[in-house]
Parts: sequence; C-alpha cells; structure tokens
Amino acid sequence: MREFDYQRAHDVAGAVALLGTDPDTRFLGGGTNLVDLMKSGVERPARLVDIRELPLDDVESTPEGGLRIGATVTNADLAAHPEVRRRYPALAQAVLAGASGQLRNMATVGGNLLQRTRCGYFTDVTRPCNKRLPGSGCPAVQGEHHNHAILGASDHCVAVHPSDMAVALTAFDAVVHFETADGPGRLPLADFYLPVGDTPHRETALPPGALITGVTLPPAPVAARSRYRKVRERASYAFAIGSLAAALDIRDGVVRDARLAFGAVASRPWRALAAERVLVGAAAGAEAYAAAADAELAAARPLPHNGYKVDLMRNLVVAVLSELAEEAAR
Amino acid sequence: MRKKQLMALSTSSVITLKINGEKHTLPVDHRTTLLDALRERLDLTGTKKGCDQGQCGACTVLLDGRRSVACLQLAVTAEGREITTIEGVADGERLHPVQQAFLELDGYQCGYCTPGQICAAIGVIEEHAAGWPSAVTEDVRPEAGPPDLTAEEIRERMSGNLCRCGAYVSIVEAVARAAQTRQDAATALPDAEEAVA
Repeated sequence: MREFDYQRAHDVAGAVALLGTDPDTRFLGGGTNLVDLMKSGVERPARLVDIRELPLDDVESTPEGGLRIGATVTNADLAAHPEVRRRYPALAQAVLAGASGQLRNMATVGGNLLQRTRCGYFTDVTRPCNKRLPGSGCPAVQGEHHNHAILGASDHCVAVHPSDMAVALTAFDAVVHFETADGPGRLPLADFYLPVGDTPHRETALPPGALITGVTLPPAPVAARSRYRKVRERASYAFAIGSLAAALDIRDGVVRDARLAFGAVASRPWRALAAERVLVGAAAGAEAYAAAADAELAAARPLPHNGYKVDLMRNLVVAVLSELAEEAAR
Repeated sequence: MRKKQLMALSTSSVITLKINGEKHTLPVDHRTTLLDALRERLDLTGTKKGCDQGQCGACTVLLDGRRSVACLQLAVTAEGREITTIEGVADGERLHPVQQAFLELDGYQCGYCTPGQICAAIGVIEEHAAGWPSAVTEDVRPEAGPPDLTAEEIRERMSGNLCRCGAYVSIVEAVARAAQTRQDAATALPDAEEAVA
C-alpha cells in the first residue's frame, strides 16, 4: 500500500476544502470498500480525508413526507430506522441483503453509492481493465463474465454495479445531494451514474471535489408495499447475480402505480421504466407482469455465459409482483 | 491527539486508542489496520487475522459496542472510539454469557474463528434486542414487531463469520442460549428493581 496522509474533517466545508481538487485525495467513510481496494493496489491515494465524524448521520422526515438520509448514516442504522422500514420497506430489505452485519455497521450511505464494481479483472491489478486503466482493454468480454451486465454495457466494459441499496433508491426516485467549493448541488440518482460508453472509468456525474452530503427520497405512497428480492450463489453474504426492487399499487384489479429497478444487470442500478409503462393501467396478473419484464429485457444483450440473467430477471419480476399483489389482496 | 505538521503531508501519527477501557498511546504508520495494531503492536492477539479483506469475520471486534471487522478499519480512524476485543468481554474471571454458552455447547473446534464469532454474537444479540430486522425477517415494518431469534435468523445474522471446521450447528445453539440468558436477565431486572423500590 502506498503511504498516505490522513486528515479528519469536522464539518462539511472543512472536508470539501481538505479534498480540494487533488485527484490523489479520497474521502474515507466506513472504508469497507476503499481500504480493501488500497490493500490490493487498485486505489493509491496520497491523502485520506476521514468524513465519518461529519454531522451527516441522521435520517429525517422531510416536510413533503419523504425522507432525508445523511451521507454518513451507516447501512445498519438505515435498515433499522422505523420510517425507512414503514415507508420504504424494500430499501430496508435491500440494505439488509447486502454484505454482513459487521460491514453494515461500518459502511455508509455515501460510500455505498460510490463503491466500485467487484469484477475480478477490475480488482486484479495484474490484469487489463478499462475502468481501472483506461485503454487497456476488457478481458471480461471474452473471459469470466457469468456475473456481468446484460443491459447498457459496451465493448469497453461489462461490469455491474454491486450495490443493493442503490437499486431500491433508484426505484423510489432518490436524489443525491452534494457540496462543492462552489456551493451545494443535487443529482437525481437516475442521472448520477454515467452511461458506460467508451469511458467506463468515469462512473458518476459528481463534479470534481464534490462531497456527497445525503440522499432524499420523495414521498411515495406506493413504496409502503414494496419488496427487494436478491438472487445470489449462496444464501447470505454474497453479491447479487440478479435483484429486484419492486412496488405495486393495485385498485379494482388494475395496476395504478408500479416501481421496478433491477440490480446486478448493468453498470448502474437499472430503473425498469419500460416495464413500468406496460404495467400501469394493465389488468393485474402474471400475464401483465411477464409482458412488463419482456418489455424491459428486450434491450438485453447477454454475453455467452450470462444469458441466464434474462430468464432470472423475468422470473423475479413475475414472482415478486405476484407476491405484492397477493399481499395487497389480503 | 494526533500530532503532525500543519499542511505538510504526514504518513504517520501518534494516536491514543481506548481498548477494553484502557488507553494506549502509540505512533502508527497510517497504513496500519486496527487488526495489526492490536496484534503486532499491543500484543492483543486474541483478535485473529483470517482473510484480511473483510470476508471471514475472524477479526471481529466491537467499536462503540457495534461489531466491526478490524482488518478494514485503519487504526488512525479508531482514535476516539471505544474498542472492545475478546480480551475485554469477560467480567474479570466471570465469562461473558456468550463465552459461557460457546464453552458449554462446544461452539468451536480448532478455535481460530472463535474470538470473532463471540464478538459478532455479542453484537448480534444486542442488535436483535434493539429490534433490528434481518434479511430473513419476513416483515420488516416496525408494526410487525421484532422477529423471534430463530435458528434461521441466527444463521443469517452470523453469516459474516466463517468457520472452516464447520462448527456452525453448535455455534447457532450457543448464540441462541446466550440470547435467552440475556432475555431472562432483562425480564428479571424490572422485578428486581421493583423489589428494591
């Protein structure tokens, strides 16, 4: 590991000033991803600015009836919060589905959004990777890619975003708030992650030097009946091979509102807007759910070894929406 | 407090760590993890190094009462926090109820993962007592109330701790017994207070 300077920030302005625009400085939250990447040499910062003590560790109701979640709230505190569990149960479930109890106690909301892909070529500094070393190539396209992207990828990178939390936040139209030396800013999560294209090393639309200060969730009554379902290769403590955050509002047998976001299928959490369009106004039932999944997955471009994800996501959509409909009927 | 020159890049600091109620002041290279500081610098070798990348749980300690992996925690970031290691969980000669349960129910074979398992279990039992749901909790809404600490719940909540000997069956039983001990003590306590009042 490269030697580094360490500073502890006590307020947001101080943290932003300490980071400046130095490309060799990183903010340190829980460290569960950054410290690991520093050990493997993927990240080689010259300075860390520790932001864990910033006063950004609250979950509060907004006047409109949504929630404001501070950037340094731990995953554990987010999932345990009564209003998260009451108003956005799929968000609590998504966070609980990720990592282990130890890591959820350490990891923060801001860091969760900015965590890096677990693609084995990205994390192995002896291999080429366009995300880590632009222009060096993507061995995953011809190599080990059974857990790589089926949607929105390019020849330059087929890695998936590993977050569970961000999938649920995407389904509920979360907005990311940040602070820069020039003042505060905000980005809808839908615009936060950049398309892969030929620049997979550029992952977010955050301006240089920005500090994520929190995430807001607009009020979403539909989210009160929502679920997160994660499929993985063992029962616990593994990254998803496919996941779904879904919410459904059915009245008189007709879908009034629906929210769907897919995880582990793209370089970012994948809002399934085409599926939602099919669902809203349709007669509730397995036929509509399957048609919705097919509408979204029509754009899928699977690789030789990850075609199973198309079926997996289709099955997930039908199963979870059926469960939500059944729950509503009770 | 950390001493360093203002503005100049410094790659080490003198830090004070509060471990098991005792303060230790030591200079550390910033790259030092809490795990290495405990084991290599302070001779607190009860905390074990397994994978060193946050995947096995052998290095689990309690930070401000919450279970955390010491291998991904830089020592310099732990300054100002209450660190509890396996050496600090017993009350003098009296074992912690989780230690006692692991001993009585053979919650281990070789013992290498055991300090991490015990620290994790202490955290799990507190998290459950605080009403936290888990990934296997059917209904996470607060109105549903806290889930029973079933074997399934224990397995999910303890999934961050690997045991290569495969002592999981006994580990689950030990965690369940220790949780029951805690619950019995908690329900007995109000009566005791009433009796005193």
